[in-house]
Amino acid sequence: MSKFQFPESIKSRPVYGTLEPRPGKAHLLIADAEGAEAILDLAAQDADLIAKAHIIFIPKGTDYSDKLRALNPAQYYEGPSYEASLQRLRHVLAHAHQGLQVYLTGTEGLMGQAQNEAMQAGIPHTAIQTEHRGSVARRMQCVHCKGITEDVMHDPFQCAHCGLHLFVRDHYSRRLAAFQGVRVDAEDPGNIPDPVELYS
Amino acid sequence: MTIQFNEETFRDDYSFRNSEWAIKRFPFPFHEDSYMYSVNMEQHRGGPEGSVYEKRFDVDEHYVSEMRDRAMVLADDPLRCQSLPHMTLAGWDTLELIMVSKSEDYPDLFELHRDGDRWRWINKPMGIDHTFTFLDETTLPCDPLEYITRQAQGDFAVLDQRDEMLYMDAGMITTQADWSLDFDIGMDFFEWHAPVPLAHEMGIFKRALKFLLNIQQGAPARRLNWTMTVNPLLDTSPENYHKWGVQKTTLTPENIGSKQHLRVELQTFYRLPRSNALLFPIRCYLIAFQDLVSMPKWGRRLHRVIRDLPEELATYKGFIDNRPMMLDYLSKFDDGLPTSPGVFPDLESEPPLQK
Amino acid sequence: MSAAPQKAKPGAEQIPVTVSAVVPLNDLVTRFEFKRTDGAPFPTFSGGAHTVVTMQDDGRTRLNPYSLMSDPADTSTYAISVRRDDQGRGGSLFMHTRVKVGDEMTLTYPVNLFSLDLRARKHLFFAGGIGITPFMSMIAQLERMNGHWELHYAVRTEALGTYVDELRYKFPNKVHVYYDDQNDAIPLESLLDGQPLGTNAYVCGPKGMIDWVHATAAASGWPDAQVHSEEFMAPQPGAPFEVRLCKSDKTIKVGENESLLEAMEREGVEAPFLCRGGACGQCETDVVSYDGEFVHRDHWLDDDQHASGQKIMPCVSRFVGKSLELDR
Repeated sequence: MSKFQFPESIKSRPVYGTLEPRPGKAHLLIADAEGAEAILDLAAQDADLIAKAHIIFIPKGTDYSDKLRALNPAQYYEGPSYEASLQRLRHVLAHAHQGLQVYLTGTEGLMGQAQNEAMQAGIPHTAIQTEHRGSVARRMQCVHCKGITEDVMHDPFQCAHCGLHLFVRDHYSRRLAAFQGVRVDAEDPGNIPDPVELYS
Repeated sequence: MTIQFNEETFRDDYSFRNSEWAIKRFPFPFHEDSYMYSVNMEQHRGGPEGSVYEKRFDVDEHYVSEMRDRAMVLADDPLRCQSLPHMTLAGWDTLELIMVSKSEDYPDLFELHRDGDRWRWINKPMGIDHTFTFLDETTLPCDPLEYITRQAQGDFAVLDQRDEMLYMDAGMITTQADWSLDFDIGMDFFEWHAPVPLAHEMGIFKRALKFLLNIQQGAPARRLNWTMTVNPLLDTSPENYHKWGVQKTTLTPENIGSKQHLRVELQTFYRLPRSNALLFPIRCYLIAFQDLVSMPKWGRRLHRVIRDLPEELATYKGFIDNRPMMLDYLSKFDDGLPTSPGVFPDLESEPPLQK
Repeated sequence: MSAAPQKAKPGAEQIPVTVSAVVPLNDLVTRFEFKRTDGAPFPTFSGGAHTVVTMQDDGRTRLNPYSLMSDPADTSTYAISVRRDDQGRGGSLFMHTRVKVGDEMTLTYPVNLFSLDLRARKHLFFAGGIGITPFMSMIAQLERMNGHWELHYAVRTEALGTYVDELRYKFPNKVHVYYDDQNDAIPLESLLDGQPLGTNAYVCGPKGMIDWVHATAAASGWPDAQVHSEEFMAPQPGAPFEVRLCKSDKTIKVGENESLLEAMEREGVEAPFLCRGGACGQCETDVVSYDGEFVHRDHWLDDDQHASGQKIMPCVSRFVGKSLELDR
């Protein structure tokens, strides 16, 4: 089962929904890994939508490619990483028009970053659909050095850039597409609690 | 009377001091012997002569030193001042509001000469005499918000209003109570307040938002907020928390009177004319416990407030570990006598400490 | 905090003004221009803002909101354009028949409930009739900022095309006019199609037009947050009713041709307000008890609040029934 029910949290923490077909002139679907399942679910509801859709998929080692391709979307692209697909995504958004529907699904990091690109291109964040699937790993920003650590699974964790031990907050920035990490031992240097797996 | 500006620091040797004048006019935030959240708004249209409420943008003895500290913070971390692209107009609105207010309220310190869009701004305490073209960014050394808030005490958040919501879309934030503009920029009103405990459940933010959305041109509002800071450190930022957090552990019964500071924010709210944005200046005032208790009413009251504060709030405000030591100190200044209502020290009518 | 307690006055701050020009534009619409009586400059404002005009009509005080349609950067003059409504409650008739150059009146500071989204890549304006007025100031503001905009303006007939000539002369490529009597409709669907991402649409006009633009945009996949509208509701007449005002300890009667808010003001009960059109939320009032039916007409409270019987917006909403007690 790729769906995970996040516990209720503070107001800045994103809440994800379930993708639903919406009227639109064009449809841009971006997914990574198990996010492919949400696209398959969406396609089962509305095959016409897929016929007008551009799918950008980052498999991350999963094997959904053939199933997605078989949906016969208007455009299909598979990238080895989000970073590799970014220039394409920006180009697509820069040339898009009002009426474009954006659907994001998969990990929080993928959805957050793609949502930010769509916002920069002029779509209000409230109009962008998201559905979480797969890993609950987080994209974390170190509030001290500003470096981003991807795929954080433990709290506290060590910043990949400055090496400080950070605790994982639920405070989330859409603009950075990241949660906030704050030094865990600031008031008692050296006293670092044992890391615990997120949601364990 | 022209203000005598202090030569002082808010870091390293912490030579910051409040004069007797500054102590008497300190914006003590508790109008009664207890504290809980409330939407404690009132109009910002002057106040008692000499009080921090009198002028639109209060200038005090710390002005020059605070501006020097801000310049140092910005040199270390330019991300403390940011504007999303659509907020430039609100930056000009802010510049105009501050220049007009300061030149009218403090004509001996600031002058603004306007000839159409050609403006000459003179800031005597900071030695600035600059002519520029209003609404032309290329005639300023930096964007208008940064330009003017490098010359105005306190932090400035600039909130865009869209669809019955306020968005934190620009700001100059260097004297903050532990929040990051770089992280929070672009958030809506509920999101940037997300880490505050209890108040969401109490409906405080919903009511506050309704109030703020309706603040109109010509009718600014204000409220007070407060927290605690060890050492007179203006820049208690999350960015530097890994450096200053440990200072909280340096309190001792011997040094608490001089080291522990009550930190009060005078928050004001102005509707900006051209952008329809809301300017949210957050002016920080610091006072050492030993200076605060020189006003008998304030000493009595602060003890009672800190003693009875719910644990969540003491934790959120970051002084739960130091609360017992604070109470040991403050209890010496509480003789149990009743206090008069209101925030002012009432030195003439309040009895001296009876112990 | 009570540093200097001051009771908030209802409404926005007032500015005493002198009427400096009365310019009939066509059979229905007249422009009124004002200078500040004290000679000082007006505050600048943002495109789309309105002001509330106070009219002294033979002992009766009328307060009507009108969009400011002068250039927001012009601090010497404020201007409004008023459409005469012969069936209305009399405010527009008073303006048309009684107001002369040299008269002293009061305006409120500008209040904006219909502002530009300054993030927009492009602003697409849809005006119907007198709904043109907020766009006049928005256009002036955008021209100064080199903003991208386009106006689609539906009028009944050529003779009633308020500001059509001026707009066409100044902006021949950006202004498109459609005449009802020539069966010339705004081609909305095709206009909404192909606009650059980040375009915002704005509509001001009759309710039917506003609903049409919202619905068509939604069906074309436009986010609702990018479709803005302003509809000032004038208070509608209705059966008289009685209200008990608890805080003021008064029982008052609301007449057929006045709003609950106006009745409170007539009785000297201070009630906050800004727009007087059911949009701003300022006059929201708690209901203490009631026995009867509310006639809610505001845009402020949501459906649940309307159904709850706990709130009323006295500027436009009414009551039919046995008894009503308000916390005012």
